[in-house]
Amino acid sequence: MALLEVENLHIAVSVGGVLQPVVRGISFTVDDNETLGIVGESGCGKSMTSLAIMGLLEGTPVRITDGSIRYDGTELLQLSSKQRRAIMGNRMAMIFQEPMTSLNPVYRIGDQIIESLRQHKSISKKAARARAIELLDLVRIPNPSERVDSFPHQMSGGQRQRVMIAMALSCDPKLLIADEPTTALDVTVQKEVLELMSDLQERTGTAIIIISHDLGVIAETCDKVSVMYRGKIVEAGTTENLFERLAHPYTRGLLNSIPVVDHDVEWLEAIPGRVPTLGEELSGCAFHPRCPIATGLCIAKTPGDTYIAGNHAVKCHYADQVAS
Amino acid sequence: MLAYTAKRLLTLIPTLLAASALVFLFVHLIPGDPASILLGDTATAEEVAQLTREMGLDQPLWVQYFVWLGNVLQGDLGTSVFFKTPVLSVIAAGAETSILLACMTMVWIVLIGVPIGVLSATMHGKWVDQVTSGGAMLAASIPTFWLGLYLIFIFSVGLGWFPSSGFPSLSDDGGLANLRYLVLPSLTLAAPNAALIIRLVRASMLDVAREDHVRTARAKGLHPANVAIKHVFRNALIAVAAAFGFTFAALISEAVVTETVFSLPGIGRLVVQSILRRDYPVIQGVILVIVVLYMVINLLVDLAYARLDPRVSLK
Repeated sequence: MALLEVENLHIAVSVGGVLQPVVRGISFTVDDNETLGIVGESGCGKSMTSLAIMGLLEGTPVRITDGSIRYDGTELLQLSSKQRRAIMGNRMAMIFQEPMTSLNPVYRIGDQIIESLRQHKSISKKAARARAIELLDLVRIPNPSERVDSFPHQMSGGQRQRVMIAMALSCDPKLLIADEPTTALDVTVQKEVLELMSDLQERTGTAIIIISHDLGVIAETCDKVSVMYRGKIVEAGTTENLFERLAHPYTRGLLNSIPVVDHDVEWLEAIPGRVPTLGEELSGCAFHPRCPIATGLCIAKTPGDTYIAGNHAVKCHYADQVAS
Repeated sequence: MLAYTAKRLLTLIPTLLAASALVFLFVHLIPGDPASILLGDTATAEEVAQLTREMGLDQPLWVQYFVWLGNVLQGDLGTSVFFKTPVLSVIAAGAETSILLACMTMVWIVLIGVPIGVLSATMHGKWVDQVTSGGAMLAASIPTFWLGLYLIFIFSVGLGWFPSSGFPSLSDDGGLANLRYLVLPSLTLAAPNAALIIRLVRASMLDVAREDHVRTARAKGLHPANVAIKHVFRNALIAVAAAFGFTFAALISEAVVTETVFSLPGIGRLVVQSILRRDYPVIQGVILVIVVLYMVINLLVDLAYARLDPRVSLK
């Protein structure tokens, strides 16, 4: 049994009382000490998936319409709000995209870490503070015993993201979800934050899900990858297998749009067309309007999984051709 | 924080000087010669000339200002034409009523405005929110004099729960129980302002609730009530605190009407009566006191603001 098992998850957003599907039946698993990368363009449903796993959809117009999310064998979707909150921030924690705004500006960072600690552990204020300083040291904030009393606005974006990581790790979670953890950071800081996360995983054995639109980030840090397009996982496999033989035209397009530094390019490669809007009805493969090799078959029939090597699965009628 | 307080106190000085100059010039804005206006139509030319000398009106304007300012700083605001007593003691006589009325009103505004605002925000979109928002809109649009008369009609004339007018001092017979005289007037004054606070608390809580750090707080597994108070309401307070300064300004002008409706011996009614009596020294004195009070209140609001938002004082 894997630590996290997501099965046939369907998510829809209510727009004027009508449910529009956003995530259309995705399944994946994450084991202890494993890093899963979920990649895709904005609007593909990857962030919704992370919020659904975490349990943060309450109070939003987004609903889980079908499927199952099991954590350590427990079906999360059947838990009460209270039971859910006992897991949130404790066994399962999350890091968000915007380090500049994800901390409360009016409280000292130490107090925000302490709040998380004392929510789940019976620990004295003094011990919690000592633990907060320890955590800040762990995420490599210089002078942690001084910075523990800083306000968020006195820190840089990279430092704030480290504070977020420290806060997420405060209760030793078994699963860490990072939604675009480095998107808002400078490239040099990005690398540091990603390395920090890998190091911490080596020490603690935490399972990590990294959500990103950046294939580079994913390739560097993840053990396995799921590529999402319009609410479906169109290609999934171990990082090694997948990058060795990219078998979905969409994944190829994503990779081609990363500029190569040592070549002079006249213009940047981009996937033609646009991400279809929520309510748009598309027959067959949802990628067909933008796909360079689409045929009549792609418009008529929704592709199932084709397996390339081991469990490298691709939803494309022409996967074998693309891969070779 | 200390440096910030000192800085704000220093900036108060030029503002006060400018305000005092305006208040001083007020008497000179009245068309005609102040001495003859003060003495009225029946005064003889000699009397006017004598008063002009006594008041120092024959001196250059800037000399007059500094003489006046010197007197003010020593607590001498001049003499009331009507009462023939020092202006300061005339104002002091009305101060008890007005201060008690203001305090009681502020208590209502906080007790009514804040909890209902929080309730309205947390029940956003539900019927509770619609009822309270509608009620707040209504309360904000009711003119104070009309509301005052209606409260008298229902609670004094009809039910006989509260007295309809006047206010004996707390030191008179009855002691603290005399505060019941201020219940209806303070509620009248509080209604539109509490309504504003309800709307403001609600709006700023809804704004804050959309911020990213609230999602972080929820991701910690905190109880929703804890998130609402510690993370949403606490941050919303920053905007609400700023509004209390404006609320005070609104209170001053509304107090004039309310004290008149309830015949309260306060400063608001004193202004109205002094204008009718053309008692310019008293009007001048009251305006000066209100200006100083307003500035002090706003200073306190600014300090509270810096206390609530760590990003302010450190700039």
